[in-house]
Amino acid sequence: MSDIGFVRTEMLPEQDPPASEVGIIGWARHNLFSSWFNSILTIASFTAVYFVLAAIVPWILSPTWDGTSLSNCRETLAAAGHGDAHGACWGVIKERWVQLIFGFYPSHLYWRPVAAFVLLGAALAPVLFSDRVPSKMLIFSALYPFIFPWLLWGGTIWMPIAALAGFVIGGLVYKFAAEALSTLLGVILGVAAALVWWMLLAAPVSGALDSILPIGIEAVESRKFGGFMLSVTIGVVAIACSLPIGIVLALGRQSDLLIVKYICVGFIEFIRGVPLITLLFVASTLLNIFMPPGTNFDIILRVLIMVTLFASAYMAEVIRGGLAALPRGQYEGADSLGLNYWQAQRLIIMPQALKISIPGIVSTFIGVFKDTTLVSIIGLLDPLGLSNAIRADANWNGIVWELYGFIALLFFVFCFSMSRYSMYLERKLQTGHR
Amino acid sequence: MSTLTDPPKEQFRLSMLLYDTRYRSGTIQVIAMFGFMLLAAWLINNTLSNLAALGKPIDFGFFSEPAGYDINQRLLEYTSRDSHLRAALMGLLNTLVVAFLGCITATILGVIIGVLRLSSNWLVARLMAVYVELFRNVPVLLWIVFVMAILIETLPAPRAFRGENPEATMSLADSVAVTNRGVYIPEPLFSRSLGDAHLFGESSLRFDVSLDLMAILVVLGLSLFASIKIRQRADRIQEATGDRPATWHVRTAVVVVPMAILLAVLGFYLGYPELKGFNFKGGTHLRNSLIALWLALSLYTAAFIAEIVRAGIMAISKGQTEAAEALGLRSNKIMSLVVLPQALRVIIPPLISNYLNLTKNSSLAIAVGYMDITGTLGGITMNQTGRELECVLLLMLVYLAISLTISGIMNWYNEAVKLKER
Repeated sequence: MSDIGFVRTEMLPEQDPPASEVGIIGWARHNLFSSWFNSILTIASFTAVYFVLAAIVPWILSPTWDGTSLSNCRETLAAAGHGDAHGACWGVIKERWVQLIFGFYPSHLYWRPVAAFVLLGAALAPVLFSDRVPSKMLIFSALYPFIFPWLLWGGTIWMPIAALAGFVIGGLVYKFAAEALSTLLGVILGVAAALVWWMLLAAPVSGALDSILPIGIEAVESRKFGGFMLSVTIGVVAIACSLPIGIVLALGRQSDLLIVKYICVGFIEFIRGVPLITLLFVASTLLNIFMPPGTNFDIILRVLIMVTLFASAYMAEVIRGGLAALPRGQYEGADSLGLNYWQAQRLIIMPQALKISIPGIVSTFIGVFKDTTLVSIIGLLDPLGLSNAIRADANWNGIVWELYGFIALLFFVFCFSMSRYSMYLERKLQTGHR
Repeated sequence: MSTLTDPPKEQFRLSMLLYDTRYRSGTIQVIAMFGFMLLAAWLINNTLSNLAALGKPIDFGFFSEPAGYDINQRLLEYTSRDSHLRAALMGLLNTLVVAFLGCITATILGVIIGVLRLSSNWLVARLMAVYVELFRNVPVLLWIVFVMAILIETLPAPRAFRGENPEATMSLADSVAVTNRGVYIPEPLFSRSLGDAHLFGESSLRFDVSLDLMAILVVLGLSLFASIKIRQRADRIQEATGDRPATWHVRTAVVVVPMAILLAVLGFYLGYPELKGFNFKGGTHLRNSLIALWLALSLYTAAFIAEIVRAGIMAISKGQTEAAEALGLRSNKIMSLVVLPQALRVIIPPLISNYLNLTKNSSLAIAVGYMDITGTLGGITMNQTGRELECVLLLMLVYLAISLTISGIMNWYNEAVKLKER
């Protein structure tokens, strides 16, 4: 019976897992050295990282913040014992960072672009963070497109008000004509009234109002615009203006009206098929030729027009993606409620389609924002164009890496945070229906 | 005795054009067409009257005038006495060269980075994520000028190769010289060359085709065809008997032996770059502008392709990998036989648009002085002749044609590899 020699009657205490499976060693074994191939990869990566950091970190940590010229920096470096004058010359950034950001904008008016971009954040907040900001703020968002150019370019306040009045007049005409005649006629008459106002009446009326009641701020010429401010301005204006154009183009491309559809498809495919630089060539050389004789836009306005056209073709494709992603039932549901085309678009389709396409809109914005550097090729002073101008200064002749590094850092911070926001949005939208 | 009457004939009234949905779409289209024509007519009218005022009516005659500028990196023979048309042709070829090279390297880099980003190795995955974010979030123009600056500032000048104890030496057994003026690589030469075939006579489109190259391509094509036939025969034997005959040695021989014989007959040798005076002579000179553009476009686009590859691989359900593991396949076989072929269907459409982007971004060549079509037709030719309208429109049409061709070819390929659903 009792031929069992030994029976343990009490539980053994729990032992710690082997040291090679926990803590840093265990983590490294699993994540860095799990096989011979992984080990080789890890060692190679460590070596590469070490060499890159060994080259860059001493260069960055260079005591030249107060340098006044490249030769001065070299003397500082030699005095500090950096062999071979190997080190960054940060003096150029200290001296010129304001210029890299604001271009040649008058320095006593720097508050205006700053205010414009701070208010931009306030205007975008109800759109971007719709769950945390009261939707009454949307009124400010609607007014903002008129405040923004006024703050940047300055001049009389009656100009933006006259531009705004065009929308009001068009809206009123549409409202009365739609009630009295038909919706279609209302749209046509409303657009026509607004165009007549902008083309013929807005300038004299605002001029007259200005002579009666001169309210305004100091005007700044376009050619003083430059630096990072110029990039952001082009990017923001292009995206803001391209959104409505893109919606129209996307709807046109989806529509059953053949002629409208082919005009839209032709426009979108043409713009998407050519590089932005050719459109900028159009802006710099041809746009004035296309306009009635005597018209002379300034170069920034021409660039804004072409970049807007460029962005709206891409925007149209993004929104078309959003429209296509909506389940068919949404369209049919709208039809079965008896809504007409525009009611269905306004109440059912667009709110959902735009919500789906926000990440795409953000990435289009990042793309356009990065592409604004191309304006340096046609001679505008964006950060890259300014870096050439700074190098033309005898003090800073020969500076390369510091300027490129600083510009790259600015762009990186901006674009990276935008793309993170877009990913956050994607996650937030994924938890919804569908 | 039917008492049925026809329904009352509806009279067409003018207002039905607006209120009746049957006619309204027609009305809208006519109005849209009218507005579009009006806009186009307005633009054309403005253009013509402006051009008339400037005294330069639309005229493509400048194409036959001598260009008068040099193109340093070119595929075909060209001198500054050649016409603007030939200069534009050189530019077009340069655009195609850099786009082709860029697409290949970007794809290779992108696939490697995309796969490594999913690696179980923590460090490698993080490094690749850093690479992708770094390259995606900085403008490509900045990368191009940055790479150009690296090449110019950090590489040794040709004179550093001179002297008894030179500061710099040629790499790869004295065959490649990497200098700040570009890279000199050995060029293939033939002592018993077949010569060139001159096409299109002396016109601007003249085109010299090396018969040696043609012979090599023909032999290579035939060898590959034979090699494929041998593989197909092996496939048939395997299907019939279950045993696969070893064919690798025959297939290698079929490719290598005829090529070796041909090269021996043609007297193939390599022309090495040599230092003569202050610069290198001989060999093929790849200029910095080409290398910088190629490298920057590849690195930049690779970051986007890596994300596409990663998304494509992640779109394949985990069950596929697990099933492949259950079959006993190794991880590289799982990747190449199971995951990638399926992921390809997700990857290809966005890949096409990235190839298009790379081709369009190659127009930034103008920033580093590489003479592509933007640099020739849209750059020097435009500035010299003052024919902005003709040059820019033609430039756009060329890019449009390239884009449509690429997307046409790739869409056709996409159709071919698409999952055939029945």
